[in-house]
Amino acid sequence: MAEEEREKQKRFRYRINVCCSSSCISLGALKVLKSFERAVKELGLEDQCKVARTGCPGTCSAGPVVLIEPGDYFYEGVTPESAREIVEEHVIRGIPLKRFLYSVPEFFSKQKRLVLRNAGKMDPLDIREYISRGGYAALVKCLTKMSEDDVINEVFKSGLRGRGGAGFQTGQKWKFVSKAAGSPKYIIGNLDEGDPGVFANRTLAEADPHAIIEGMIIASYALKAEKGYLYTRAEYPLAIETLKKAIQQAKSLGLLGEKILGTDLNFDLELRLGAGAFIAGEETAILASIEGMRAMPRPRPPYPASSGLWGKPTLIQNVETLANIPLIVLNGGEWFSKIGVPHCPGTKCFSLTGKIKNPGLIEVPMGITLKEVVFEIGGGVPDGRRFKAVLVGGPSGGCLPESQLHLPIDYESLTKAGAIMGSGGIVVLDDESCMVDTAKFFIDFCVDESCGKCTPCRVGLVKVRKILERIGHAKGVEKDIDLLAKVGEYIKEASLCGLGQTAPNPVLTTIRYFKEEYMAHILDKKCPTGRCDMGAEGS
Amino acid sequence: MNKVRVATIWLSGCSGCHMSFLDQDEFLMELAKLVQFVYSPLIDVKEFPENVDITIVEGAVGNEEQLELIEVARKRTKQLIALGDCAVHGNVTSLRNALREGDQAVLKRAYLELADTTPQIPSEVTPLLKKAHPLHEIVEVDHFIPGCPPPASLITYVLTELLAGRKPEMEGKAKFG
Amino acid sequence: MKSVRLTIDGRAVEVPDGTTILDAAMANGIKIPTLCHLEGVKDYGGCRLCLVEIKGSPKVFPACTTPVGQGMEVTTNSDRLKEYRKMALQLLLSERAHICSVCVANGACELQSLASELGVDQLIFERDWPELSVDLTHAYLVIDRNRCILCTRCIRVCDEIEGVHTLDLMLRGKETQVVIDLNENWKNATSCTGCRKCAKVCPVGAIYVKGEALSSTKDKEVAKFITERRRSAFE
Repeated sequence: MAEEEREKQKRFRYRINVCCSSSCISLGALKVLKSFERAVKELGLEDQCKVARTGCPGTCSAGPVVLIEPGDYFYEGVTPESAREIVEEHVIRGIPLKRFLYSVPEFFSKQKRLVLRNAGKMDPLDIREYISRGGYAALVKCLTKMSEDDVINEVFKSGLRGRGGAGFQTGQKWKFVSKAAGSPKYIIGNLDEGDPGVFANRTLAEADPHAIIEGMIIASYALKAEKGYLYTRAEYPLAIETLKKAIQQAKSLGLLGEKILGTDLNFDLELRLGAGAFIAGEETAILASIEGMRAMPRPRPPYPASSGLWGKPTLIQNVETLANIPLIVLNGGEWFSKIGVPHCPGTKCFSLTGKIKNPGLIEVPMGITLKEVVFEIGGGVPDGRRFKAVLVGGPSGGCLPESQLHLPIDYESLTKAGAIMGSGGIVVLDDESCMVDTAKFFIDFCVDESCGKCTPCRVGLVKVRKILERIGHAKGVEKDIDLLAKVGEYIKEASLCGLGQTAPNPVLTTIRYFKEEYMAHILDKKCPTGRCDMGAEGS
Repeated sequence: MNKVRVATIWLSGCSGCHMSFLDQDEFLMELAKLVQFVYSPLIDVKEFPENVDITIVEGAVGNEEQLELIEVARKRTKQLIALGDCAVHGNVTSLRNALREGDQAVLKRAYLELADTTPQIPSEVTPLLKKAHPLHEIVEVDHFIPGCPPPASLITYVLTELLAGRKPEMEGKAKFG
Repeated sequence: MKSVRLTIDGRAVEVPDGTTILDAAMANGIKIPTLCHLEGVKDYGGCRLCLVEIKGSPKVFPACTTPVGQGMEVTTNSDRLKEYRKMALQLLLSERAHICSVCVANGACELQSLASELGVDQLIFERDWPELSVDLTHAYLVIDRNRCILCTRCIRVCDEIEGVHTLDLMLRGKETQVVIDLNENWKNATSCTGCRKCAKVCPVGAIYVKGEALSSTKDKEVAKFITERRRSAFE
């Protein structure tokens, strides 16, 4: 089938990929798609030019984007009017239109696209396209040439670590679930990406849903788990539609359901929608939510690997982790372990936002430095402003100053600096941002999203916010900084789950790296950036 | 030997803590040998004096006059003690903080709604602060004696320790309420 | 049943495998402060008062939900843990309206007595004063959500012992509160049997019986007593 589809694709001299992800659609991508289709039809090019609706290639700032193959020509800010011109010039006369081309080659030069291998080049609503690009070959390989343990060993050898943020060894987790007593076993794909300004998982699901599904089927084979849940935020309508269609198509080709590809493997995959609580992305809260209860975390032990859904062994993996699995199976764990850095192999997707020239979704090898990400891929800070800090790891990440930009991106280095890998959010702040205000902004988010179960997080964060407010209103005293640090440490240490254990990071890191700014608010009663009520001149 | 100079202040409280202070009974005789009261609702002194060794404060800081007094007292005192729940954490006095515009709400309730004759909000008294504050929100406090009121024996214990130059150990002895 | 040997505060103890650190400590007369723990119902792990240290890990562990391990060396009372317990009490005391002097639970309150025991003699945080509802509609049961510390003992006893699950939580974070049925007034709660167990196990003055001194209402043993009776009845 893959051959057949490849043959079909070969007939086309050109392939026009129109990005129809959430962000490009909001910029009018669907009209652009129609306009391309009309132009190709009217100019009689249907036999040699394929217009495809695809997912996001990552250049969100430049949408709607269109990628023309061969040659990966990127057009940015395409309008329905310019579409026809592009077809006439590029397709008929073979001359790319320079003035519409995306002008930042370095955005892609430092990236390594494994998870996003198909993003922007494949129609996510057509399973045949996925198959023609080598999709489901890994599953076939598992079913025909590998035992369950072979698969687990490859994953173990690869050194892949959880991309949901905690960085636990994936192979180790699979071993635990595989050895755990009890059946049935369950698999949960975690797509409850709740961080503000983070959209890596959404984009992946919109661009390449089958990579996630294939990863889950392989896991089901390796762990003998016959039931899976793909837990997705209800706020991602396009991703949900795409996944629904993908699951249907996989079922109709016998890749999901009973007797997969004629073997004894059964795997039933169900989409579950979260009702919008940030906490529902926490692995034990997901369990509660799928079981139909309030999404509140549970104490560990027992770990989900031994006692998860309804007390049965359960594998919970972030969808980005799962999308790596087919590659590891096809190319071997050995191959994977050589990408990135030894203790942290592979790549990581980041949502690059904030005061930065080229925002978007990137995928970079682990171990790349923050500097390369911010200044080379991201193009630095726009409008002639100065770089001030970068918030790594979402709302409970850390604010790192320029002096920390040499850091390689891996779990340990980030943690040491006071940040976290988190779900892969990188927000750049320029010199107009007040750090006290920034810290308060993220604490606000965590206050609203705390589930209310444990004292440190539920009450502690509210108190931290109150102290920050006091400082912002020129009523702070010097003791407040020590108090913030003390309460922040306590919340980190004593909280029940990852939300509380990381929520104080923005406060602790801004105190660590920008203490003088707190001091200005407290002693001089003025905000150096003029962001707070007291203004830059003081009150 | 010079006597230790002690002051007691009564802010927004019910005077129960001062009652408890007087409940120390015969210890007051002992105390009189060691200390000299230089300012208190119990003696007739108008100005808060200089060079006070220990100031014992009952009540929360609820109006502008009290705010002024506590700041003066802090400046002129070596050690400041918050006596009783109102001074320690606001207690009943601070219940009005739960209401929006609590300062106006209590006046309205007390002088208009509950007035039997001539309902009017008094204009000659010092204005209430927006919120009633426990002492440590306004000034530095050295020792806390919680309780509503604190038992006389606890006050005795703390004074005994302080006069002997030791730090009182409050674990298991002090209790809110 | 395999037994496990460990040390708690330097004392060697031996308990059945699967016991929690908290139960192991209690069985050997070592007191660890708790608020949400209630014998006879499942552990919740919410109040974070029973945190302990285990040698070999920089982290702190809730004793109520951490099972013992062979050769474990547990510390229940280091300076850091004392500091953390005081902090938890500070946070709870200033979260809602805990004014002991005018509370029905004054003198019979676990939060109050723990604060006293651990030497919390002031509040370092400003209170938040949320305006939560008080439900006085029931014939004799009252819930004052301004005094609730969200330990969920009432919910668990209502669900696991009485078996009716009248009580549960709604909203999240600082807004979290205990609700009756689907946020009904108590008098309209069709599932409530009026058994009073919630009032008996409430550690503070959030649920109480009208006109009854809490010192006589409270009976923390009720859950343990019923659970043990049921177990022996089935054996």
